[in-house]
Amino acid sequence: MSENSSARDAVLGRIREALADVPADEPKTSQWTYGRPTAMPDVLDRFVERVADYEATVVRLHDGSDDAIGRALVEGLATIGVHDVVVPPGLPQPWRQAIADAGVEVVDDDPPLSRERLNAIGGVVTAARVGAAESGTIMLDHAADQGRRALTLVPDVHVCVVRADQVVSDVPEAVERLQDSVAQRRPITWVSGPSATSDIELKRVEGVHGPRTLYVIVAGRP
Amino acid sequence: MTDTQTTPDASPTGPRPLKLVTQNNHGRARLTPAPPEGELIDSPPFPEAARRELGLPVQRTNLRHAMTAIRTKRADVVAELDNWEDLRAAGAAIKDDVVRHLDRYLVQLEESLTRAGTVVHWARDAAEANRIVVDLVKERLVDEPYQEVVKVKSMATQEIELNEALEDAGVAAWETDLAELIAQLGHDRPSHILVPAIHRNRGEVREIFTTEMGNYGKPAPADLDSQPVNLANASREHLREKFMRAHVAISGANFAVADSGTLCVVESEGNGRMCLTLADTLISVVGIEKVVPTFADLEVFLQLLPRSSTAERMNPYTSLWTGPTDGDGPQDMHVVLVDNGRTNVLADPVGRDALRCIRCSACLNVCPVYEKVGGHAYGSVYPGPIGAVLTPQLRGTASSVDRSLPFASSLCGACNEVCPVKIPLAELLVHMRHKVVESKKADPLVSAKGLGLHAEPALMKSASWLFSDGRRWSAALGAEATVGGKVLGRVTDHFGPLPWPLSKWTNARDVPMVPDETFRHWFEHRGDRPDAKGREHLASEEGDAR
Repeated sequence: MSENSSARDAVLGRIREALADVPADEPKTSQWTYGRPTAMPDVLDRFVERVADYEATVVRLHDGSDDAIGRALVEGLATIGVHDVVVPPGLPQPWRQAIADAGVEVVDDDPPLSRERLNAIGGVVTAARVGAAESGTIMLDHAADQGRRALTLVPDVHVCVVRADQVVSDVPEAVERLQDSVAQRRPITWVSGPSATSDIELKRVEGVHGPRTLYVIVAGRP
Repeated sequence: MTDTQTTPDASPTGPRPLKLVTQNNHGRARLTPAPPEGELIDSPPFPEAARRELGLPVQRTNLRHAMTAIRTKRADVVAELDNWEDLRAAGAAIKDDVVRHLDRYLVQLEESLTRAGTVVHWARDAAEANRIVVDLVKERLVDEPYQEVVKVKSMATQEIELNEALEDAGVAAWETDLAELIAQLGHDRPSHILVPAIHRNRGEVREIFTTEMGNYGKPAPADLDSQPVNLANASREHLREKFMRAHVAISGANFAVADSGTLCVVESEGNGRMCLTLADTLISVVGIEKVVPTFADLEVFLQLLPRSSTAERMNPYTSLWTGPTDGDGPQDMHVVLVDNGRTNVLADPVGRDALRCIRCSACLNVCPVYEKVGGHAYGSVYPGPIGAVLTPQLRGTASSVDRSLPFASSLCGACNEVCPVKIPLAELLVHMRHKVVESKKADPLVSAKGLGLHAEPALMKSASWLFSDGRRWSAALGAEATVGGKVLGRVTDHFGPLPWPLSKWTNARDVPMVPDETFRHWFEHRGDRPDAKGREHLASEEGDAR
């Protein structure tokens, strides 16, 4: 510990010596205004377009009721061909029920599943926290309706419900909406399309370690 | 081939135990593939290394292909944003503020991290950072059958050569980013900040996977072809078993947020998320300049970084974490704040601008020099324009490669235009050239060795004596005709290669032929020749003006 504190003092000492020419009270020069929306004709349209651009499947659902979402989830899972899904403990009950009623095996992450078990499950169904239209990003803060981080990572298919009122224009508005989550020290994951790599010849290939299929349901009207 | 097993009790169906491998490892038995022999800092000077790299036609094709593609893509996604220049200005101003008040922000970061439950360590240099990490890792793996860690791609851990320190301590460090995996399995060094295996094409990757994967874990499928999607899939399978049993993960951080104690890792494949989520212990090695003041500042950098680096609107995955979370991911978190030469950079009021760098690699991708020679010629984990200004500041100018790096540029300035935090790279290169020359003047040993390199300053000195006085200049010019015109005549319109020591200059440059007469002589006698082009030109301009 004492070695660590001497390293700390040494590094901070070097920094202070190196910055002897800098006045401590100089004003900041950044002119940036935080949290501003980005102008666009229709935020939801842009979100749908941009998420789809990443080779994700996006379904626009004007009816934002739990029944309608349940039906869309069942349809989505059937289209992809997933027979078992893990769900977070806080997934809305009607969604969970609709999936189970359709004959898909629903596994609750309660108590938490081992990583090996998780690795053997076909997919995961979650809600989201924020959507950013311009960049086509879904932001999770891993609250009870989204589950711990491994849930949306290890299974190969992620079906995600984003409510229309969660979608904002761009990253600045989205970061502002995440302030509460970070204040609660929640982990946060931004997802922009399925897992991908461009490491071989800079050619984008969908799917390495994260879910190779991303299916997004945008539900309701703003 | 493969021999001793270090882990005794693996069932035939279970995961393969770690083995000591000698194949392609310079005759040594190792847990992980050996990188090329020798230290980076002992690399030959840039011109010599560049000549070596230019002799690799496949690499040149691979690089030209990739760099052209990413430049176009970047230009497209940047053009989408109306406020790109405002974002750049904000990025520059925010990082500049961090750099200029680094002590304050680091103390704040330390407090926030500690409050969030992360243990903070400080390291003066690479050796100290490695010692801290190795001790933490060994302590946590004491009862584990697999002496290994999984790694998120990180420039800081490459810089301190952590993998080799772990190997020496009997711990295997597995790179999990696809390109890092290609470089590691290929006994290679990364050649690019963002896509470290950019110098390899798909056929070479297939070859590396087929030969090496089986030595270090799950082998590549027997029928593996060179389709990128199948190569990516082979890496998924190979690494999945390592993720499933990982106890300790090591990461860097793209940003460390001072006000919230949040760390941020930006990636594409999900290998980062695997490491950050599945391990019990997470150790993040973070350069002291990685701080941003507030969580809100991420709205600037998470727009600038993906568009500048992978040329995407957003990278597939960004992970943000603020200490351990109950029931989710590692419960044991450590951050190692590393100086390792950064305070040297900070001490130069001009050079410190380079510490704004967010490691996007846009400057590499537009650099005509990088595109031709690739990253290995720079003898550093940081290649390209940013490497040429950062490396000699981090490591000092004692080695011949570090002295040569500021000259590894044509000063075309393309890098200045793309840098998302507006680092004046071309100006810094000139600044570093000056520092190298000054350091050589001050070092008699270097002066004695570098005779040729000293011809230029000596010539410049005599030229400045000549130019500073009009009479000296006239006298030097002699009468009406120039020496060049007299002696060399008018065979061609430029000088070709000249003999040593002038070859130092002409090997890389075409010098225009000296005209027959001096300007002064021409100017004084221009009235004697009414047909002179200059006068006619002047006259016609006057006519136009009326």
